[in-house]
Amino acid sequence: MNETIVKLDVEKIRSQFPILHQEVYGKPLIYFDNGATAQKPKSVIDAISKYYTKDNANIHRGVHHLSQIATEQYEDARKIIQKAINAPTSEQVLFTKGTTDGINLVAFSFGQMLKAGDEIIISEMEHHSNIVPWQMLCERQGCILKVIPINEKGELKMDVFESYLSDKTKLVAVTHISNTLGTINPVQEIIEKAHALGAKVLIDGAQSIQHTKVDVQELDCDFFAFSGHKVFGPTGVGILYGKKDILDAMPPYQGGGDMIAKVTFAKTTYNELPYKFEAGTPNIAGGICLGTAFEYLNGLDMDAIHDHEQELLAYAESELKKIDGVRLIGTAENKTSVVSFVVEGTHPFDVGTLLDKQGIAVRTGHHCTQPLMDIFKIPGTIRASFAFYNSKEEIDVFIKALQRSVNMLL
Amino acid sequence: MTLQEKEQEIIDEFAIYDDWMDKYEYIIELGKELPLIDEGLKTDNRLIEGCQSRVWLHTDFDGENMQFSADSDAIITKGIIALLIRVFNNESPKNIASSSLRFIDEIGLHEHLSPTRSNGLASMIRTMKMEALKKV
Ligand SMILES: Cc1ncc(COP(=O)(O)O)c(C=O)c1O
Repeated sequence: MNETIVKLDVEKIRSQFPILHQEVYGKPLIYFDNGATAQKPKSVIDAISKYYTKDNANIHRGVHHLSQIATEQYEDARKIIQKAINAPTSEQVLFTKGTTDGINLVAFSFGQMLKAGDEIIISEMEHHSNIVPWQMLCERQGCILKVIPINEKGELKMDVFESYLSDKTKLVAVTHISNTLGTINPVQEIIEKAHALGAKVLIDGAQSIQHTKVDVQELDCDFFAFSGHKVFGPTGVGILYGKKDILDAMPPYQGGGDMIAKVTFAKTTYNELPYKFEAGTPNIAGGICLGTAFEYLNGLDMDAIHDHEQELLAYAESELKKIDGVRLIGTAENKTSVVSFVVEGTHPFDVGTLLDKQGIAVRTGHHCTQPLMDIFKIPGTIRASFAFYNSKEEIDVFIKALQRSVNMLL
Repeated sequence: MTLQEKEQEIIDEFAIYDDWMDKYEYIIELGKELPLIDEGLKTDNRLIEGCQSRVWLHTDFDGENMQFSADSDAIITKGIIALLIRVFNNESPKNIASSSLRFIDEIGLHEHLSPTRSNGLASMIRTMKMEALKKV
């Protein structure tokens, strides 16, 4: 055992998140909906305010002072994020609106290079945003979608995945971590196996970016998409990382300002990376403050965070199992700090409503993974997803409130 | 009792609860008590699909007044439906169509009617009113 394990100072961290210190319905807020969106540290909130108070101007276009400052900050943020995910160059770090936008960019643009009969592999545990863009692509181009099934624990059936791989496979698009089940997928192995047959791999990093240290070069993925709002940054901004040769070969996604080199009515030529994929005025404040969010994370000990979150997960699971009728949905060996469950004889919506009235924010429903609910034959789950600012004491309150809710409903 | 008087009666009943959980305890009791609909009537054409919970609604009209019966798979939704049915049943289509259902706001259940809540209640009220309008 490592004796120098540093315990995370949860109280200190909590003090940096103003939103956590309030009451709802007269009860202290317990925020367990971090899978949907994470709260923002004060440094990010202050950076947003500072940007609009002092620095706001359009970027890449102005000769004036403010425009230069805003452009510099925006491009600095890109570099901070490049370092955080260990991308080889900052031009491979594209600003998007979020995970969904990044996946749609690839589905459209990379998709244009595919032809009828080409195959795309996804999995049963994908978020709708990593299903529907591929279905749309298949309709447009006549490609074929193959779906990796899961076992009863909520793990990918890797043997089936391997049987799907062939020289027809052009892209594998899978989630790093399931937002509904918490399953951490063996993406490294998926990438290696796909590459062996010449297929490219897109990783949906919407959930993993909050919980793990992501190194796109070590993963060797071809695309990695995530949202700023799930990594303690602002909403409406995200990142798509891509390998340079692939991004260079891909046609642009949207047309407009910033993405062009020269426009004439006879012929328009496109700008270089990353601007080729960044048409129009972007979410400037969002991009800059996503950089601030990563700077905040840089100051934290990711190993200590990992240990703390795993402790919360183990504790929540063991306490939940003590409640009669609770069935955990998603029991993978390798899991992040998400507990999805149903309680026999109750509807998730009722449980969620009663928890809300006791100050506890959880998510109920299908979590944008309807096919997954069909597989487990349930209408939805109650999901508590923990971030590093959550505590065991909060889980105690949650368990008591859950027991009270279930008693009322049965 | 007029529709407005029935609403006032519900508002008065809820006035004694100052705690949210007590209020919901009562709604849940209402949801548990009532067999709101004939099981045979829970067919797909009577189903109002919400994202979170589902609602079945059946409408009857005797030439003068309307009768509703309904059910939901979520018990809180069902309890609120019980209140709606209490207010709307045996009322004329005109009364129903013009009702503002102010009691919902007054007892603090407004959130359940927002379309984003997607429990089927907002669509159910819309359907009830539309059925009434057809008879006006
Ligand atoms: C696994 C996964 N993929 C994609 C998304 C979509 O993210 P966004 O809505 O921020 O684009 C989410 C968000 O819930 C998610 O959890």
